[in-house]
Amino acid sequence: MAEPILEVRDLVKHFPLTQGVLLKKQIGAVKAVDGVSFDLLRGETLGIVGESGCGKSTLAKVLMNLERATSGQVLYKGEDISRLSGRALKAVRRNIQMVFQDPYTSLNPRMTVGDIIGEPFEIHPEVAPKGDRRRAVQDLLDVVGLNPEYINRYPHQFSGGQRQRIGIARGLALRPEVIIADEPVSALDVSVQAQVVNLLEKLQDEFELSYMFIAHDLSIVRHISDRVGVMYLGKMVEIGTDTQIYDHPTHPYTQALLSAVPVPDPEAREGRERIILQGDVPSPANPPSGCRFRTRCWKAQEKCAQEVPLLAVPQVLSGPAAHDSACHFAEEKDVVGAA
Amino acid sequence: MTTTTEKSVNPQAGKAGTPLLEVRDLHVEFRTRDGVAKAVNGVNYSVSAGETLAVLGESGSGKSVTAQAIMGILDSPPGFVTQGQINFQGRDLLKLSEKERRRIRGAKMAMIFQDALSSLNPVLTVGYQLGEMFRVHQGMSRKDAKAKAIELMDRVRIPAARERVNDYPHQFSGGMRQRIMIAMALALEPDLIIADEPTTALDVTVQAQVMDLLAELQREYHMGLILITHDLGVVADVADKIAVMYAGRIVETAPVHELYKQPAHPYTRGLLDSIPRLDQKGQELYAIKGLPPNLLRIPSGCAFNPRCPMAQDVCRTDIPVLHPVTDSRGSACHFWKETLDG
Ligand SMILES: Nc1ncnc2c1ncn2[C@@H]1O[C@H](COP(=O)(O)OP(=O)(O)OP(=O)(O)O)[C@@H](O)[C@H]1O
Ligand SMILES: Nc1ncnc2c1ncn2[C@@H]1O[C@H](COP(=O)(O)OP(=O)(O)OP(=O)(O)O)[C@@H](O)[C@H]1O
Ligand code: SF4
Ligand SMILES: [Mg+2]
Ligand SMILES: [Mg+2]
Repeated sequence: MAEPILEVRDLVKHFPLTQGVLLKKQIGAVKAVDGVSFDLLRGETLGIVGESGCGKSTLAKVLMNLERATSGQVLYKGEDISRLSGRALKAVRRNIQMVFQDPYTSLNPRMTVGDIIGEPFEIHPEVAPKGDRRRAVQDLLDVVGLNPEYINRYPHQFSGGQRQRIGIARGLALRPEVIIADEPVSALDVSVQAQVVNLLEKLQDEFELSYMFIAHDLSIVRHISDRVGVMYLGKMVEIGTDTQIYDHPTHPYTQALLSAVPVPDPEAREGRERIILQGDVPSPANPPSGCRFRTRCWKAQEKCAQEVPLLAVPQVLSGPAAHDSACHFAEEKDVVGAA
Repeated sequence: MTTTTEKSVNPQAGKAGTPLLEVRDLHVEFRTRDGVAKAVNGVNYSVSAGETLAVLGESGSGKSVTAQAIMGILDSPPGFVTQGQINFQGRDLLKLSEKERRRIRGAKMAMIFQDALSSLNPVLTVGYQLGEMFRVHQGMSRKDAKAKAIELMDRVRIPAARERVNDYPHQFSGGMRQRIMIAMALALEPDLIIADEPTTALDVTVQAQVMDLLAELQREYHMGLILITHDLGVVADVADKIAVMYAGRIVETAPVHELYKQPAHPYTRGLLDSIPRLDQKGQELYAIKGLPPNLLRIPSGCAFNPRCPMAQDVCRTDIPVLHPVTDSRGSACHFWKETLDG
């Protein structure tokens, strides 16, 4: 088995909630990420899925040290990087790159595409000497399927999907070891998406890259991931291999998520049972006691309000159903997965 | 390059009286330093009250630019509408003054943007921006407008709306910002909504809720909806008909079920084949080969010809018109019959 390149231990990120304009009084905290642990192995792709607002982007930003962790550790090759700053942080960042969710605001509107993609070379000149940069940028444009002639254009002159590819090209520039990709293909049409995914897989094979791949599209996550983690309200609720999660999900939230996948073939949609979740998503500032999913769970019992279920292999389960699941009553249920 | 005069076959138009919106032979170009980029090259589509038209197509094919032209918010210069009509409730919008168009925007037609964060003002609270709609258009008091804002946030399922109404856009997750944009578009109950990838940032459960919400409001207010999306699953769930775009043209139009079952254009076929299937895990995904066309130099004949597995000589010289495939569908391919059978 491959060794872990990132080890995330009990990571917490709370955003303070304040009241009043002048005297900002803290009245609580948005518990965006609340005690998450997992490993990212060398050369693997870990998919992360979960409801909007459950903390996926925050998790990514904390891993990248773009947001400071409230507590917990992020070990990169055994060293805690969550408290680094300055030069030490810069050195680590070369090896861990991020592709952002929002292709609009993450690209500086006043820089040309050539400057945007070449920017990492300014910070890390050792990767591409000055004379080679234009070439290097054009190669990257070509790699992500953009016309190298567009090098002098500005971001607003591109469509959404084209901008997304600019972000990917920039993420690849330094040949990092780890890429944290936050919805890297969600703005792309399925054919361009297929090209980008094929490209990511090819680069992974070539350079033994590790990916953390955050996405809403469960089919694409399954396609690209070796393992998948499911988040709900700041917690990891289930994690396992793609087969374990998609074919043998044991957490009710995962089951609901899989059953909600829209199926492209209108004919195949008939006869599917959708688990419609009751109730609203609770506020991350005031999450339910015990299991955070209990307010919407059809299986919830007394115990769920009292005890926080730990992310561990439930003792009663065996075979492919025996993988980490944070539910007191974890069991398999037949759901038509993302077909 | 031979140009064929294009008969505008619009199989969907005029089925149930006059459509709410009808785009006719729309052309948009961007005059840039490097040359003229022809982003929209003769788009025809229509949508009736209560109907949902889904617009699919390649990234960069002009879906958003067409929508911007309809809304009257094209980035101009460098963008110019050079030809065509946009008939909305009996009037050609392209003939109206900017002032008249501004009155229509927001109240009669609204757009949900692809880029949720950059269309919200970062220095104003979300509640203020939602409330502004009511203060400006309906002269509501600050207090009533705020109550309305909270109600709207609830409607699009922002948890703890009351506590979060004074938060700034960056404090919300991507999906929540998207829902706030949706709330803003729905605020004044317009007749037409253009939703440009409204659910790309949303997970499937919230996506289902948001689409249900849109559908519910659409029924309630009998709105027309143009849904621009890459998500073929969402399309199958909500759309009545589909228009597929490539290089600034509609290359295929059809009722939803028929298009999925039997595409009549090679581009549509390639698109459907690119959907990841679970039984192909570990294999490379199918992708249409080649690069999207350079809009400064669109290939002669059919713009798809350099990437098309069906292409023959005629494809490199003659622009295919939108051939009627049945009463209710059309394909702009010289070999639509072969494609349909293939
Ligand atoms: N302001 C601009 N200046 C120059 N070119 C532009 C401008 N805005 C858009 N374009 C070009 O017009 C073409 C169509 O863009 P549009 O945004 O409509 O694509 P789209 O179909 O919405 O794609 P996506 O699915 O990626 O959002 C693109 O090639 C884009 O580069
Ligand atoms: N800077 C901030 N200040 C306060 N709260 C924040 C901030 N950034 C994020 N949050 C909150 O943290 C929670 C998690 O947000 P995050 O962006 O991580 O979600 P996500 O899982 O990426 O969602 P999506 O799928 O919609 O992108 C949300 O409730 C969000 O409102
Ligand atoms: S017209 Fe020709 S090139 Fe264009 S899609 Fe049809 S077969 Fe392919
Ligand atoms: Mg996010
Ligand atoms: Mg667009």
